[in-house]
Amino acid sequence: MIHMLDYHLSRNSYGRMVLTTASDPIEKEVVPVRAFPISNPLRGISLIDRQGYELAWIDSLTELPQDSRELIENELESREFTPEIKRIIKLSSFITPTTWSVETDRGNTDFVLKGEEDIRRLSASSLMIADQYGIHFLIRDRAKLDHHSRKLLDHFL
Amino acid sequence: MNYLPTYWSDDLSSQLTCGEIVLVSIKIELNTQLQFIEGIVAVTNQRLMAKMYGDEAWQSWYFHDDLRLVQHDHAGIGFLELLDAHKRITYWRYRFGDGSIKELIECFAQQRKLHTQNESDSLLHSVTQDQIPSKNSVQELSEFLVANESIEKATSTWNLLRLWRFAKPYKGRLLIGFLLTLCSTAATLVPPYLTMPLMDNVLIPYQNGEPINTELATFYLSGLLVAAVIAWILGWTRTYMLARVSERMGADLRTTTYEHLLSLSHDYFGGKRTGDLMARIGTETDRINLFLSLHLLDFATDVIMIVMTAIILFSINPWLALVTLAPLPIIAWLIHLVRDRLRIGFEKVDRIWAEVNNVLADTIPGIRVVKAFAQEKRESERFRAANLRNLQINDRVNKIWSLFTPTVTLLTEIGLLVVWVFGIWQISHDEITVGVLTAFLAYIGRFYLRLDSMSRIVSITQKAAAGTKRIFDILDHQSSIPESKNPIPFKTTQGRIELQNVSFRYGTRSITDNVSLTIEPGEMVGLVGHSGSGKSTLVNLICRFHDVTEGAILIDGYDLRSLSIADYRRHIGLVLQEPFLFYGTIADNIAYGKPTATWSEIVEAARAAHAHEFILRLPHGYDSIVGERGQALSGGERQRISIARALLINPRILILDEATSSVDTATEKEIQKALENLVQGRTTIAIAHRLSTLRKANRLVVLDCGKIVEIGNHTELMAREGFYYRLYQAQARNIDTEDSTTIIPSAEHSASGEYR
Repeated sequence: MIHMLDYHLSRNSYGRMVLTTASDPIEKEVVPVRAFPISNPLRGISLIDRQGYELAWIDSLTELPQDSRELIENELESREFTPEIKRIIKLSSFITPTTWSVETDRGNTDFVLKGEEDIRRLSASSLMIADQYGIHFLIRDRAKLDHHSRKLLDHFL
Repeated sequence: MNYLPTYWSDDLSSQLTCGEIVLVSIKIELNTQLQFIEGIVAVTNQRLMAKMYGDEAWQSWYFHDDLRLVQHDHAGIGFLELLDAHKRITYWRYRFGDGSIKELIECFAQQRKLHTQNESDSLLHSVTQDQIPSKNSVQELSEFLVANESIEKATSTWNLLRLWRFAKPYKGRLLIGFLLTLCSTAATLVPPYLTMPLMDNVLIPYQNGEPINTELATFYLSGLLVAAVIAWILGWTRTYMLARVSERMGADLRTTTYEHLLSLSHDYFGGKRTGDLMARIGTETDRINLFLSLHLLDFATDVIMIVMTAIILFSINPWLALVTLAPLPIIAWLIHLVRDRLRIGFEKVDRIWAEVNNVLADTIPGIRVVKAFAQEKRESERFRAANLRNLQINDRVNKIWSLFTPTVTLLTEIGLLVVWVFGIWQISHDEITVGVLTAFLAYIGRFYLRLDSMSRIVSITQKAAAGTKRIFDILDHQSSIPESKNPIPFKTTQGRIELQNVSFRYGTRSITDNVSLTIEPGEMVGLVGHSGSGKSTLVNLICRFHDVTEGAILIDGYDLRSLSIADYRRHIGLVLQEPFLFYGTIADNIAYGKPTATWSEIVEAARAAHAHEFILRLPHGYDSIVGERGQALSGGERQRISIARALLINPRILILDEATSSVDTATEKEIQKALENLVQGRTTIAIAHRLSTLRKANRLVVLDCGKIVEIGNHTELMAREGFYYRLYQAQARNIDTEDSTTIIPSAEHSASGEYR
């Protein structure tokens, strides 16, 4: 594994993030991965190559120079997709599988909830709902949803 | 493109030039900033076109040699990238299920090839040839849409109607039961009717100074007695009969659900929790049963009684009847109001009950871990927490519930009061007799009593409906490895296995990628590779625990999917890393795959598996009881019993999934000897972490990241100094540094865990 600041990160013409080191100028395609995406997303980020081997470990993004940090943040942003549900508009039925029409921070959409077991409790107030294709929708604080949404959600808790 | 919304298809067709046709078009639901915004990507016979909602103009790229369209995905969302030789031109993001990306890419590749091959007549070509894929895509997509729609089904209390499937065999008896109910209810309505003449013709005249008409009194009173006795006999017969029927229906329901559960594929069990499934089959079926045998019956009686009473009341005096029945709609409204709240509440209760069960199902099998890490307190805390939630939810349900019944009772009392007031008023105007009022009061006493119990049916029905839904959740789940419609019976096999371009995806992860391999009858093939390289997946595919995503597996030239699953599996002997022993005797466990085996067959198999001697050392020999996880036996002993189990069914195809990696080297030698007996003359696929275990294999197949990287025997592969060589060297070094007789590389994690 390479130590901090021994490497340089950039983006190649294919739009992929690549890593080079002083001793090895060959560009290696890397992907940043959060180690604790849910419980501690800001700490512990690993740079993984295409074969799945870890090339570098970043304890905290703040220890990186500005440009690398932005690059990683950009890359994470484009890979991470956890729409946050702001409002539940409609449920097709209260019996699973059921289609949820929701308003998220990324726009309105529909998804299919296969079964109640796909709703995971993160804490007393926050929930993670996985749709049929494995996309996760987040409800950060269910107490903050409006009355209608809370009532609909309550059917599944 | 009839599946595109019209505003998109109109927009798209307005862009087309003369002679240009759209071959594949898909709607995507994400933009590059990962916002939910609609867009279209389309391949025509001339170019690739795309537009996102809100864009001014269409973007398009004409086919040329360097242009490539590729796709990759991560956690449910995909990248579709357009590349040329040097850079990425553009990209799109899409959600899984946003149409057929693959179709699009294939069509794109095909068109590009056509264009670069022959620029001049590409147009003609594509028009004639490539109509077909576009049609396919329409069809596929519409199928996809249909599948999506059928996901959702009718809901709520109507679920109960689905139980009819289980009632059907008992149609006749149910009809008789219903007729008996009718008769017995009618019989119970006779006594109050007789109070009317009894009052008017016997008691009132007596009060007015006439002597009691003994003859008439005896007649009425014996009428009362006879009606009561008849009602008793009829009631008894019908309750007994219908309870018997519903008990049988309940049993059928339970068995059917369990049978269906067993037929479901491997991955269903991966996604469900044991406690939950147990609660469904146990508690829910019992609740449905109780509902059918007791409450539904009562309810039917009540309804009949109410209808009959209403008819009688109206025939006596319509005005008084109207007043008497007035509270009925109010009560009906009240019932309706509470229904929804209660249903949600009871569903919650069920869920939390499953949660409590889950804690138990987690902890009890893992009790060794719990105790070893001294986490009893935490586990009991977890149980307490689940129980507390159970309590809270029940409290909330009870709050509504407790208000409900007294309200109905209050309404009853008020109703009675109204009848008294109106009745007295009518008597004072000589419109009715005292007898009529008495009869009315006697009737509505029962009547309101029934309403009260009828209101109880609401909650019970909701509970039963919730239970039925949970049962049908299981019953509706189609096995992801469906038995073919006309399965080919598969009695004998030579054991020739052919994998043709096999690919497998699990969820959104690609596990196996384009694997082709032929295993000849009687050959032993060893699968080698790092953990996670797809060895166990390959074996699961060959056992048909999963179906291949692409490609095919042929057994003796037949596609695996066309064979009868049970027939096929009968030819497979499976020895797993963690042998599972059922609760029962050792003999039962060995004979698990062939319950009809004679004791001499069992002993023979045990002997061949080198298990005979240690079994005899046990106090009860072959009749010794082993527990759920076979605690009384060591790992090697359990393994040898599972080998004996595989030997007994005499399979043509043998699969050893890390059969020896959880035992020490001395035991491994024992097991190796046992395995040598087992392997002879059978097609064998062995997975082993320890490469030394595979020295008997005819060929070794080296896998990495779901692909075959090398094939050959040990000597060849060593000579090649490739992947296998490095693996072997790494292990050899390990053995050098440690003592070769003690522990060798730690066992990798269990086979089934590899892609979870």
